[in-house]
Amino acid sequence: MTIQFNDESFRDDYTFHNSDWAIKRFPFPFHEDSYMYSVNMEQHKGGPEGSVYEMRFDVDEHYVSEMKDRALVLDQDPLRCQSLPHMTLAGWDLLELIMVSKSEDYPDLFELHRNGNQWRWINKPMGIDHSFTFMDETTLPYGPMEYITRQAQGDFVVLDQRDEMLWMDAGMVTTQADWSLDFDIGMNFFEWHAPVPKAHEMGIFKRALKFLLNIQQGAPARRLNWTMTVNPLLDTSPENYHQWGIQKTTLTPENIGHKQHLRVELQTFFRLPRSNALVFPIRCYLCSFQDLMTAPKWGRRLHRVIRDLPDELATYKGFIDNRPMMLDYLSQFDDGLPTSAGVWPDLETEPPLAK
Amino acid sequence: MSGAEKIQVKVTEITPLNELVTRFRFERIDGGHLPTFSGGAHTVVEMQDGGITRLNPYSLMSSPFDQSSYTISVRRDDQGRGGSLFMHQQVKLGDEMTISYPVNLFSLDLRARKHLFLAGGIGITPFLAQIKQLELLHGHWELHYACRNEGLASYADQLTDRHPNETHLYYDDQDQVIDLKNLLRGQPLGTHVYVCGPKGMIDWVRNTASADGWPEDCVHYEEFLAPQPGKPFEVRLAKSDKVIHVGENESLLEAIEREGVDAPYLCRGGACGQCETVVLDHDGNFVHRDHWLTDEEKAAGKKIMPCVSRFEGKALVLDR
Repeated sequence: MTIQFNDESFRDDYTFHNSDWAIKRFPFPFHEDSYMYSVNMEQHKGGPEGSVYEMRFDVDEHYVSEMKDRALVLDQDPLRCQSLPHMTLAGWDLLELIMVSKSEDYPDLFELHRNGNQWRWINKPMGIDHSFTFMDETTLPYGPMEYITRQAQGDFVVLDQRDEMLWMDAGMVTTQADWSLDFDIGMNFFEWHAPVPKAHEMGIFKRALKFLLNIQQGAPARRLNWTMTVNPLLDTSPENYHQWGIQKTTLTPENIGHKQHLRVELQTFFRLPRSNALVFPIRCYLCSFQDLMTAPKWGRRLHRVIRDLPDELATYKGFIDNRPMMLDYLSQFDDGLPTSAGVWPDLETEPPLAK
Repeated sequence: MSGAEKIQVKVTEITPLNELVTRFRFERIDGGHLPTFSGGAHTVVEMQDGGITRLNPYSLMSSPFDQSSYTISVRRDDQGRGGSLFMHQQVKLGDEMTISYPVNLFSLDLRARKHLFLAGGIGITPFLAQIKQLELLHGHWELHYACRNEGLASYADQLTDRHPNETHLYYDDQDQVIDLKNLLRGQPLGTHVYVCGPKGMIDWVRNTASADGWPEDCVHYEEFLAPQPGKPFEVRLAKSDKVIHVGENESLLEAIEREGVDAPYLCRGGACGQCETVVLDHDGNFVHRDHWLTDEEKAAGKKIMPCVSRFEGKALVLDR
């Protein structure tokens, strides 16, 4: 597989765009015409060929530009990447996991050559060819977690496991949906989820914690989460809310199709071998409303989900004010026909829009 | 499929250490690398013992960073249900076996400034891997290892040779006892205590530390229970719509698996909580033996851990 990497921006002039290939493989998160929280975990052991679930760490056309955006964020705010002192071993575990996975899954893009602890890492898209000593921090330009996550799409949260609890003790977080690593660092699982409405009462977090504590080596898991973002912004952080929050007011009936994006997170969970920590990669995919509407099934379904979503969730996800305008737009693509089950677009079998 | 992922291995070394303990080395059948792991992890070894599939957990004692082989040490239990006897008497060099990926329920707290290890008998094995891990990471540790006598002190020689300043040995037959109270009081701030051994020793360490004001999350322990034989009993599995018979020498979990019902598990020793099963109805008494359920839960009779616990009475119905 050869990927044509886009030259694009996620800020200022927003030249981000999805190719037809990227739209078709977009991880649409709604498997039915309504949405409510669930733990919705499944094993992360591959998926349909070409889908974002196929590889352990998906690489797509946005890779090179996303890494440039991450470097910009870190330049302005180094606290987006933090690792408490006891988490260095987990950082090496993560570096190994990503290097081994990428070199095996994308041999044309990445190479890893190991001779004992002498490692050579080649990242062709980013033009990196680096020899270093595994477990010797002095041979890398950054700590191991920062080094490898500057070369991997998505945010990474590394959770220490102690006393039947998970602790957010390290992470690289520059593409987040309005939460802050600097604020959450050192918190436990219940503390950092405290702001989420409804889910606590539903017992979701207790069940989720129990599941996560038992994720074992060799058996990673995954789930999807979603929100809405105006303009293709990767960095929707609380730290920069003054810059992006106001952009939500720029939405008009004329520009909503290309400005409003569905933001989907592919969340995966891997047990790390040496540290017994858990890494939680949160990979962000953006797709504009107008691109989503090219799949008739997604058009019908997105309208119904957004229309019927409880107000608390629309508020928490930050689009309650824009919901009426979103529904005006989306209703044009809902002809009332039934939709097939599951998340896939089913382009060949779903009827075209009858409206 | 329940439990951790599986690995096909062959037995490449069998080393009797003393009259009770034998060491086994496993290498992958396909010649590839085994996963690295964290000190304190165990593997579940599958044994095809006649018509019975036994799945016993053993602590990995080799270096967590050595991917060429895993080693475990098995203490023979003549009163047990036969898992350790199978390992000692039936397993031969070159045999092919199935083991699970490493699972760690007894990992180091990597924030600790110092790790204080307290081992009793065969409880030494997880510490052997943790010590190797800390050697590579330049960690600060100390070991106090109590055994019945010198002859049964597995690995005492190599520990004292390699780590003369960190290793302290105690022999019961010489009336040597760990001076626990003073040992705990002499520890620097930031020390974590780990204990692995018989139940009495674990209780002693936890109670002594607690009485002296040690925070609970600085005291770590691991005790794998082996399922004990007991009176046979019958169970109705409501979801699977089956009535099964649990024999004298098998656990409830093993009986469920024998009937082809997939039930979750990890440690099979009453510690991890994975096999927790809802009791729908019962008329009789539970023999709860796990460390997972609280005393209140055990008294309530609404849950059972089928890996180690049993039942005596007229009827038991499980949500499985």
